[in-house]
Amino acid sequence: MRSMPRLLLAPALAAAGLIGVPLVALVWRAPWGELAPQLVSSTARQALGLSLGCSLSATALSFALGVPLAWLLARTAFPGQRLVRALVTLPMVLPPVVGGVALLLAFGRRGLLGAWLAALGVTLPFTTAGAVLAETFVALPFLVVAEAGFRQVDPRLEEAAAVLGARPGFALRRVTLPLAAPALRAGAALCWARALGEFGATITFAGSFPGRTQTLPLAVYLALEHDPDAAIALSLVLLAVSVAALVALRDRWLGA
Amino acid sequence: MGARRRWLAGLAAGLLLLAPAAPRAETQHHEITVFAAASLSDCFRELGITFEHWTGVHVTFSFAASSLLATQVQHGAPADVIATADEVTMSKVADLVEAPHPFAHNRLEIAVEKGNPKRIAKLADLARSDLAVVLAAEEVPVGKYAREALAEAGVSVAPRSLEADVKAVLNKVALGEADAGIVYATDVRALPAKVDGVEIPDSQNVIATYPIAAVKKSADAESARAFVNFVLSEKGRDTLAHFGFTAPRIP
Repeated sequence: MRSMPRLLLAPALAAAGLIGVPLVALVWRAPWGELAPQLVSSTARQALGLSLGCSLSATALSFALGVPLAWLLARTAFPGQRLVRALVTLPMVLPPVVGGVALLLAFGRRGLLGAWLAALGVTLPFTTAGAVLAETFVALPFLVVAEAGFRQVDPRLEEAAAVLGARPGFALRRVTLPLAAPALRAGAALCWARALGEFGATITFAGSFPGRTQTLPLAVYLALEHDPDAAIALSLVLLAVSVAALVALRDRWLGA
Repeated sequence: MGARRRWLAGLAAGLLLLAPAAPRAETQHHEITVFAAASLSDCFRELGITFEHWTGVHVTFSFAASSLLATQVQHGAPADVIATADEVTMSKVADLVEAPHPFAHNRLEIAVEKGNPKRIAKLADLARSDLAVVLAAEEVPVGKYAREALAEAGVSVAPRSLEADVKAVLNKVALGEADAGIVYATDVRALPAKVDGVEIPDSQNVIATYPIAAVKKSADAESARAFVNFVLSEKGRDTLAHFGFTAPRIP
């Protein structure tokens, strides 16, 4: 092991402890004996099913919309590009509750687009679609920042493909996307993890109703008020899923 | 050098100006934390200012659903006083607090959009399918009371959302996302510009009783008890009445 300045040791250990101790406490205090009944309870299964459905939909939506935007930001130059880049990555640092209020002001009944949406018969607040939208709002930036993946692709390879007669769409599919794939997959995994853990924007914009908009984090928050054991059990599920996502990300995609 | 001296002189003058306030602060700096039901937020904020003015004890509040506050106290949150929106929730922390005192009553009202455009007149209207109704979750006192009132009125409602506390219900109505929600009468009064209240007759209404208690583990038990007594005092009652709470029946 490299010798290390002693000065760094204490804060480094404190940093590991700061994050490690609460997670260990969660596992330690878990009601292991009643874990199985807690997790097969209808509330837990409903929340888990809804969370998986919403977070996967949000990831798919983010992928479908975010990847083209990432490509555009990486490969073209247009006026206001920096502004667009800053704007679409803003939700990464914005408090999610603020995102929820912003979504209400845009897509709510009295929102900017509310009347227009109502005319089309679309209601978003208090619906599962609203929960997906809220999760997409906070998770999409993780795919947009995957534009770095496109930047790493040597433009000469795309030029070579074009010289060899590949149409732009074909070159994108067979050259650019495969080369940018590791970054896009990592982005998608982070995007999914973020969507799964989303709380503030969802409860603000979509409300909380079992089976419709009450995702796992919302169920944890509510369970804490009357049944802390259930809250811990649900938290463990989220923890396990997050750890699994991280492990998959590390081993398979980032090459440890 | 001259500039620096002038700066020091300014500082000294400033300190002199502050001097009259100093003795009170110097004697001892008292500070308490009060956990209170979300529905008490506006009223308690005002009570806190008066209490600090009278006693010099600084009051910090944490407002949330009573049930969440009770859980936090059970897990050792540093509260000196806790005030909940029902007696059941207070009983969950009975071992950790001194004897609770009922200090206020509240009643339910239907919060509707300003001007009541959907013409909601009674609980039975909430069953209308053209209305977006939100309630608080059953785990929260106001959610439990709302269900009792609806059961009393024989009304079955399909709420769009079950919110985490009473203010969240009120805000959904104030923002126009919900047409109606069941909240406390005092909450309706807190947002006169955005919502109107539809009264619920006594026969269907549920009267909420709010208890307050000092927490046994308080680091400053004396100030904690003083705050409880202040809420129970004439001044406390007046302020509570001003915000729409009714005084408890004197035993």
